[in-house]
Amino acid sequence: MNLTLKVWRQAGPGAPGAFAEYQARDISPDMSFLEMLDVVNEDLTAKGEMPIAFDHDCREGICGMCGLMINGSAHGPMKATTTCQLHMRSFRSGETITIEPWRASAFPVLRDLCVDRSSFDRIIQAGGYVSVQTGNAVDGNALPVPKPDADAAMDAAACIGCGACVAACPNGSASLFTAAKVSHLGHLPQGQPERYRRALKMVAQMDLETFGGCTLFGECQEACPKDISIDTIARMNRDYMQASAFEPGENRKSGGAG
Amino acid sequence: MTPNARIPEGPIAQKWDRHKFEMKLVNPANKRKYHVLVVGSGLAGASAAATMAELGYQVSCYCFQDSPRRAHSIAAQGGINAAKNYQNDGDSIYRLFYDTVKGGDFRAREANVYRLAQISVNIIDQCVAQGVPFAREYGGLLANRSFGGAQVSRTFYARGQTGQQLLLGAYQALEKEIAKGTVRMHARSEMLDLILVNGVARGIVTRDLVTGKIESHVGDAVVLATGGYGNVFYLSTNAKGSNTTAIWRAHKQGALFGNPCYTQIHPTCIPQSGDYQSKLTLMSESLRNDGRVWVPKKQGDTRSPAQIPDAERDYYLERKYPSFGNLSPRDIASRAAKEACDDGRGVGPGGLGVYLDFRDAIKRLGADKIAERYGNLFEMYQRITDEDPYQVPMRIYPAVHYTMGGLWVDYNLMSSIPGLHVLGEANFSDHGANRLGASALMQGLADGYFIIPYTIGHYLASTKLEAVGKDHPAVVAAERAVDERTKRLLGIRGKRTVQSFHRELGRIMWEKCGMARDAAGLSQALQSIPALRQEFWENVNVPGSGAELNQSLEQAGRVADFLELGELMCRDALHREESCGGHFRTEHQTDDGEAMRNDDQFAYVAAWEYGKEGGAAVLHKEPLAFENVHLATRSYK
Repeated sequence: MNLTLKVWRQAGPGAPGAFAEYQARDISPDMSFLEMLDVVNEDLTAKGEMPIAFDHDCREGICGMCGLMINGSAHGPMKATTTCQLHMRSFRSGETITIEPWRASAFPVLRDLCVDRSSFDRIIQAGGYVSVQTGNAVDGNALPVPKPDADAAMDAAACIGCGACVAACPNGSASLFTAAKVSHLGHLPQGQPERYRRALKMVAQMDLETFGGCTLFGECQEACPKDISIDTIARMNRDYMQASAFEPGENRKSGGAG
Repeated sequence: MTPNARIPEGPIAQKWDRHKFEMKLVNPANKRKYHVLVVGSGLAGASAAATMAELGYQVSCYCFQDSPRRAHSIAAQGGINAAKNYQNDGDSIYRLFYDTVKGGDFRAREANVYRLAQISVNIIDQCVAQGVPFAREYGGLLANRSFGGAQVSRTFYARGQTGQQLLLGAYQALEKEIAKGTVRMHARSEMLDLILVNGVARGIVTRDLVTGKIESHVGDAVVLATGGYGNVFYLSTNAKGSNTTAIWRAHKQGALFGNPCYTQIHPTCIPQSGDYQSKLTLMSESLRNDGRVWVPKKQGDTRSPAQIPDAERDYYLERKYPSFGNLSPRDIASRAAKEACDDGRGVGPGGLGVYLDFRDAIKRLGADKIAERYGNLFEMYQRITDEDPYQVPMRIYPAVHYTMGGLWVDYNLMSSIPGLHVLGEANFSDHGANRLGASALMQGLADGYFIIPYTIGHYLASTKLEAVGKDHPAVVAAERAVDERTKRLLGIRGKRTVQSFHRELGRIMWEKCGMARDAAGLSQALQSIPALRQEFWENVNVPGSGAELNQSLEQAGRVADFLELGELMCRDALHREESCGGHFRTEHQTDDGEAMRNDDQFAYVAAWEYGKEGGAAVLHKEPLAFENVHLATRSYK
């Protein structure tokens, strides 16, 4: 296959960026999208140019490090698929492909296609955990968890923190990411003591990080490579509302649950 | 010099408890005066950083990824072992200990393995308390499944994403401490050297991968939890960024390297589809519960699998190992696949593949049942290969997956450099010459949650440390050396890309130091690797500068270290004149092609000292005593 690529190039944070055009020749349909970029980068390096910077690591769809806007879709055209698991057989020879970084004010571009997603870590820091120290635990079977609850927790916990939900959202909202963690822990008995406080604090942090609000477009759910359901957002909003009404404490006035 | 493993006295079941009591403690008010640097944020690193911070130490943690949540522990699929005996099927701490020592082909340290089995039960409790969504039965209790090399059901799991869920548990604990200010996290930071002051580990030099800034960090102890070095083979199931740099730099500063040649080759991976391939993808070992492995009986048979009748198929695992069949351990199944392909009976492109066929299981149980068990794996296979495994058999081939070797550590997980501790896959570990499935997660978390938090205190309380500032001559010199090496890499401006060197090294390693090794091949590799290394330093092309986000530069530094490590692996493989676990020397096999150990001469840990000034590496031996599990030949027939 031969393809024309329009790739966002930007030398550093705050530097001006622009699209550059490259030819990708003799591409095998069995290559992954990132392997196609490897080929282009080998050519660029041989020519003495700077290769295109893009984040990636496990290349098996679980680490959440990769993520590209491909022809305007987060992670490209395949449903429930990360960029590294997308293969070139999803494209036609002769096609022009536009490749951009995630676009969101809370994800500043570092270089080319790499963005800074540390805002996600700070949302987790705000309360995305169970406050239990090593050594505190009782026996694993001391507290039975109904299977449907464990399954629902696992569905939400499958989030890989890639940021596709933010990139796909017209408002640049991180509601799906935040709600996935609120739901994961909220479904489990271990998460109950901090359930409402967690919702309040994580939502407040999400607002502080300049993510937009949620207006239920549903684009996040479509883009999510792990099929996290938008139902988690409803759950987060419910916890947030209850918390706002009944929980004493900090951050009550900030932001909406989205 | 015999490395001192510092194994506590007493019966094996009491060693750890007794040692915990005998170790010195740091009182709570003094803990905050100590600063511990943790490199790596996977299961071992994140759990260690979080737990030491909970105890009151000041902790700094470093990872090269953009977030600690992305460390490669996240990719582990199958599960984590624990001797809970919830299934009432006869499991015990002693049995997990026994299985692990035997599975490791009698090349692991008994005392460490026993402690690992003891701690396994606490790990599950800890993870449940953190909210790890383990699989549950309808009664609400934890579910278990069986895994290779064991006759009991002791594996806990979270769908096919156990590593991800355990890592997120440790990551959340780490973020909780970051929020409190007890851990300072440095993401997108790569450790490029270890700082020694008077022979004691006191800090690290890092490069900020966004700005390119080279910086030193000093503290009272250093903990490396930087994972394995399987990427020396270029193609492996490791993440692209996984590398050896942290442990290799420490090795060059004097830390002994234990058993570098012990590599685990996993039998069920998706075969390579072309030269452009950047990594290999694992298909969970659990597939072998229902899939049957076969190749055509006839060499060069190009018929489609459906056209080959049963009488013309060779179900070679069932034929050779009737009692374990398709569930033979990883090292055995991998070698058998290689033999079939070497014999010209491999399938798929280049004849480098064997079939894993679900036809009979689908006939017996129905496609629905198979979808319920393996649906996500079948889907992943189809996405990568564009073939439907419900209709045609999967094609699989072995791939490098895990490295049992790593920096040598004593019972306290301290390397031969005082103050330098090594956890998880980065140390030479508790797995001997072959790791059993679902044991890597167990070891990483045991080291991080339950061992280092005790032993670090003992080290700090029993060591007098001088005050070291960033202006100390040793710190300044280390920083300068890193800066110079970076400039040197950027100054070569040769004609070959970093990746082309890495690929070539990988090919040499795979052919000469892979699934089967012999003296002739290893000796050739010991010629070709130094030659390739020399060419690298004369002809590599690293574009750009050091003062920016430069992925070619990051890669170049890692490949330069792989080019040195590869040589040590071949040297170790050449010296070990026996076959054990993942190390198979074709000269040492029985008449029917099974591994032949040589316990009289090789029941030791090979701990290599870096050869200074171009000299050869020096071998030290830690003898292994088997007082509880008696040496025996592993048989799966």
